[in-house]
Amino acid sequence: MNKTLFDKVWDSHVVKKIEGGPDVFFIDRHFIHEVTSPVAFLGLKTRGLKVLYPERTFATADHNTPTINQHLPVQDPLSANQLKALEDNSKEYGISHWGLGDKKNGIVHVVGPENGITFPGATIVCGDSHTSTHGAFGAIAFGIGTSEVEMVLSTQCIMQPKPKKMRINVNGQLGKGVTPKDVALYIISQLTTSGATGYFVEYAGDVFESMTMEGRMTVCNLSIEMGARGGMIAPDETTFAYLKGKPLSLKGEEWNKAVAHWKTLKTDANATFDKELTFLASDIEPMITYGTNPGMGMGISKNIPDADKVEGGVATYKKSLEYMGYHENDSMIGKKIDYVFLGSCTNGRIEDFRAFASIVKGKKKADHVTAWLVPGSHEVEALIKEEGILDIITEAGFVLRQPGCSACLAMNDDKVPAGKYAVSTSNRNFEGRQGPGSRTLLASPLVAAAAAITGVVTDPRDLL
Amino acid sequence: MAYDKFNILTSTAVPLPLENVDTDQIIPARFLKATERKGFGDNLFRDWRYNNDDSPKESFVLNNPIYSGKILVGGKNFGSGSSREHAAWAVYDYGFRCVVSSFFADIFRNNCLNVGVLPVQVSTEFSEQLFNAIYDDPNTEIEVNLPNQTITIVSTGAQESFEINSYKKENMLNGFDDIDYLQNIKGEIESFANGLLL
Repeated sequence: MNKTLFDKVWDSHVVKKIEGGPDVFFIDRHFIHEVTSPVAFLGLKTRGLKVLYPERTFATADHNTPTINQHLPVQDPLSANQLKALEDNSKEYGISHWGLGDKKNGIVHVVGPENGITFPGATIVCGDSHTSTHGAFGAIAFGIGTSEVEMVLSTQCIMQPKPKKMRINVNGQLGKGVTPKDVALYIISQLTTSGATGYFVEYAGDVFESMTMEGRMTVCNLSIEMGARGGMIAPDETTFAYLKGKPLSLKGEEWNKAVAHWKTLKTDANATFDKELTFLASDIEPMITYGTNPGMGMGISKNIPDADKVEGGVATYKKSLEYMGYHENDSMIGKKIDYVFLGSCTNGRIEDFRAFASIVKGKKKADHVTAWLVPGSHEVEALIKEEGILDIITEAGFVLRQPGCSACLAMNDDKVPAGKYAVSTSNRNFEGRQGPGSRTLLASPLVAAAAAITGVVTDPRDLL
Repeated sequence: MAYDKFNILTSTAVPLPLENVDTDQIIPARFLKATERKGFGDNLFRDWRYNNDDSPKESFVLNNPIYSGKILVGGKNFGSGSSREHAAWAVYDYGFRCVVSSFFADIFRNNCLNVGVLPVQVSTEFSEQLFNAIYDDPNTEIEVNLPNQTITIVSTGAQESFEINSYKKENMLNGFDDIDYLQNIKGEIESFANGLLL
């Protein structure tokens, strides 16, 4: 055998190959949310089609839900309309729906794994580019457009050419204060936002092997930010331990049988990749971005590079720094911060809240900082309370909000005002991403916590 | 949905030479709240195109009357970021039928093909020639020939061929979409699904 993990999962889901064209690719699990599904359902209705396998699709409301007072009617009529459409469509077609107020509600890429819907070797899609998150379990998972959502609903398949394969190895041991988010931002800064376009990535090496599932999800989540369709990590005991006993995980003899199969899902020794890159864990420090795409990141102690030292167009680079109000050769340490956002499908899991709490414990939030702490799901919210994290953050002057995508894409009211700076644990620092004119610095929960306490960009290692 | 057939498109073009134009710029998230595919063209490049008071930003190319046409020529890594098909809808709804770039983000390229916008990837050199030709003469015509898979600057005759897989090409020429195809092989899909464990 000389197959990669990716080959094994891909090849076993090809219904049919089209000469000179894409593969007809079968989808095991399909997630939908309120923003990218309504037009797909409209398409079904126009064509008079049914949902072929409603039991393979799962709906959750997350993108434009409010993060306070979720028991009250949603104020924005357009958001309310989308939420209602998701509920009505799910009901009409027999799809399970976790809407606002449901105790299973939360961000699609948090609740999927949490409930055992995600599993090793699965093919998973959703009309959301961060579907790559589920690759942490050894699944092929990627984002699709609304036309493809309609295809999956009606035929459980999409038409996809098989991507090329890349392996990214990170070996060694991560230093103090260096988190999975930093590993991902480091890799993206090395590859740029288009460095992995056309590829599906496998992450390998000590660093990923010793990572928790939460950490692996953070890394795979950010695969799309270097252009990759997705990223995956071979399933191992950590994966099986996470999934065992989850509400929708297999049980008993079926579980044992599945685990035996999942253990075969690893890249064979003599399999080859179209591209292979290797990095050293010791080269990675806590990261921060200074520009308007996730590739514009650097170690927090470094200075913003000169335009002539970066790949790509000088005009685009300078426009980006101008938008941010920064200059070449500036140090990021000490830059003033107005907002802090902890949450999103990238860093809205329990481990992220533990990390945040480890820094803010016994300290006080800086007065001028507005902080939004948004759990990824009700289950994460419950754990925050159970583990005493709520007491720690409340004592430090923070308020815990209710689950949702929130300020990551600012479709709800959680918008950073124009010109203001936000340290965010989310995934994109594009112009206006967190609200028109907002300026985003992407970083780990530790860096976010340090900024929330001091009110300026701070190396979290100084506070640990 | 089936869409307009695409054969040979000859048109002037709109230049947007920035790199890494992400889908949040093409259509910001706050305009994704519709439940129908309508009106997205009005918000194409919203925050680059309009000031906070909704007045047009004169410096932005879509507000410059000397540039128009059905072809948008973008910089490298066009369409990165979010999977929102709304970005491709906005491009289509505004009136573009073809986007040219020296490099496309994967999902955006797929979405374009699924809504009837032809993504044409050219070399960096040809991309520069295109920008120069348009800046020299905004009325310069570009011919995008799908049957021959070529793109030509009509005035100079400069030409390059582009790639598209034969399945997608056939779809675009005939205005078919993937659902038409998939519906026809439903039987094969169902027997495949019957053999799965999970």
